[in-house]
Amino acid sequence: MKAKKETPEYTDFAVTARKYKTQLTRKYQNRKMWVNPNPFEIQSFIPGTILQISASEGEVVNEGAPLLILEAMKMQNRIEMPFTARIKKINVQVGDRVPKDTLMIELEAVDPE
Amino acid sequence: MTLKKNILALRQKKAIVQKGGGDKAIEKQAAMGKLTARERILALLDADSFHEYDMFVEHEERNFGMDSKELPGDGVITGTGTIKGAPICIYAQDFTVMGGSLGLKHARKITKIMDHALKMKVPCIGINDSGGARIQEGIGALAGYGEIFYRNTMASGVIPQISVILGPCAGGAVYSPALTDFVFVVENISKMFITGPNVIETVLGEKISQEDLGGARVHAEITGNAHFYALSEIECLNQIKELVSLIPHSNQQKAERIEPRKPKFRKKIENIIPSDPKQPYDVREVIFALTDESKFLEVQELWAPNIVIGFGRMDGETIGFVANQPMYLAGVLDCDASDKAARFIRFCDAFNIPILTLEDMPGYLPGVDQEHAGVIRHGAKMLYAYSEATVPKITVILRKAYGGGYIAMNSRHLGADFMFAWPGAEIAVMGPEGAANIIFRKEIMEAEDEEAMRQQKVQEYIEKFANPYVAASKGYIDAVIEPEETRELVLHALEVSKNKDDHRPYKKHGVPPF
Repeated sequence: MKAKKETPEYTDFAVTARKYKTQLTRKYQNRKMWVNPNPFEIQSFIPGTILQISASEGEVVNEGAPLLILEAMKMQNRIEMPFTARIKKINVQVGDRVPKDTLMIELEAVDPE
Repeated sequence: MTLKKNILALRQKKAIVQKGGGDKAIEKQAAMGKLTARERILALLDADSFHEYDMFVEHEERNFGMDSKELPGDGVITGTGTIKGAPICIYAQDFTVMGGSLGLKHARKITKIMDHALKMKVPCIGINDSGGARIQEGIGALAGYGEIFYRNTMASGVIPQISVILGPCAGGAVYSPALTDFVFVVENISKMFITGPNVIETVLGEKISQEDLGGARVHAEITGNAHFYALSEIECLNQIKELVSLIPHSNQQKAERIEPRKPKFRKKIENIIPSDPKQPYDVREVIFALTDESKFLEVQELWAPNIVIGFGRMDGETIGFVANQPMYLAGVLDCDASDKAARFIRFCDAFNIPILTLEDMPGYLPGVDQEHAGVIRHGAKMLYAYSEATVPKITVILRKAYGGGYIAMNSRHLGADFMFAWPGAEIAVMGPEGAANIIFRKEIMEAEDEEAMRQQKVQEYIEKFANPYVAASKGYIDAVIEPEETRELVLHALEVSKNKDDHRPYKKHGVPPF
């Protein structure tokens, strides 16, 4: 028998339409919030090393063309252009070790002629 | 006279093996704050009850200079003994002998004692303290692990299997504990991971300490791999003794019944729970009010604390408790809570332990992370486990029972034998606010004072539906009871369930949503 004597701090916690007084767990507090993926941001899907960058800032790259090679788990992953767009900014350099979900390349739309 | 000489020679041989890796290695083990494998076994088992086998087993590796290496006991101690009178089989890896590394003969000693436990129908306890596979033995070590995993699986649900992590347990080695019923860990001593910090850093560039990656606390609180967490080895060994005395020796027996005792908990049971369904309380107090001497051995206390599971005795008999905990995350069901409860329910069912479910839950945890983590698949495990169980299943609805959670928490519809509800119970498809918003949407929107109308409709819904009597009128609840009657009624329910005989259609095995 070891009921806690001190009163813990309770916070408001909404489950559907009602808010309950309760405590949050560490795991719950540390959970990752969902962010809508932005198609103009190319992020690393796995931690790894940048082996090669095949595009430069300002350049318009066609869909399917290689952007960079991200080596992870001894595999060379070729990251391709998801759709035709202009390279706005490249945030990584060859040799960089990037964690997962790093913003590597930012794109911007090209006006259809 | 020669026999005397032989006896002396035997004693000498035994003394050498009992020294394990020798004084220096034992000193090192002590410096790490660890007991030796032999000390652990002797501290865990009843005095003078331990008998060791296979002391003189030797490895057969001839490569890499191993032919000249003598490894006492091949780095593992195996034997039989008793814990509070209960017979058990045990093995303990000896870190002082080549880092407790696992070679084929080391593994064969373990599988031999496991086979023995399975045949003799007694619990098997494994104490893990090993650097991993003995690299010199190559595939032999892998074969050894595989043979252990196979036996863990064969013994699952037949005899209780307990793993104690008192040192490193890395790589393939972790899967034996993962296959067993209960895993014990100790702060600063236990380390479990598939790939260690070095590999993770080399391959992925992520820097993390052993403790943060797979220390005791991580497995007790974050991963749920561990069931019992202790601050010292002695505390851990005491937890094992308590657990062993509460569970049966095999699936063919019931846990030993002891002298019945009254609960010690003095608070009036009806005063534990605030009537406002939004206010929290510690559901363990309700358990204390029900169990003999108010004793309760909580399992996985730190992981998914929004559901409480564990063992207590009622009238001397072991009962498995499953209770929503409003003190954490309002007592919702989520991936981890469902996973935790489902495995526990299956353990109780396999080992003839009746299950008492105490329900007070607002529903499932909303969130993208939950949906994407597979709350559908994990939640289904609980439905499966309750439906499948044939041990006596009793539910007491303390306060809220909403929606899918009402079904999941051992409802009549999943085969509960006894359904009791306290008079303040709210059994409904959802909380009154949500329900009123949907049902009376038009009336609320058309009202001059929307908020006043909403409150009126919520109140109406509470009076008409958020109570136990609708469910009772349909026979889904057997009895609406006063809180003070709970222990007496549960004891009665257990008494009349003694000969419960419930069959399932023939199958090789089910296909639960693992």
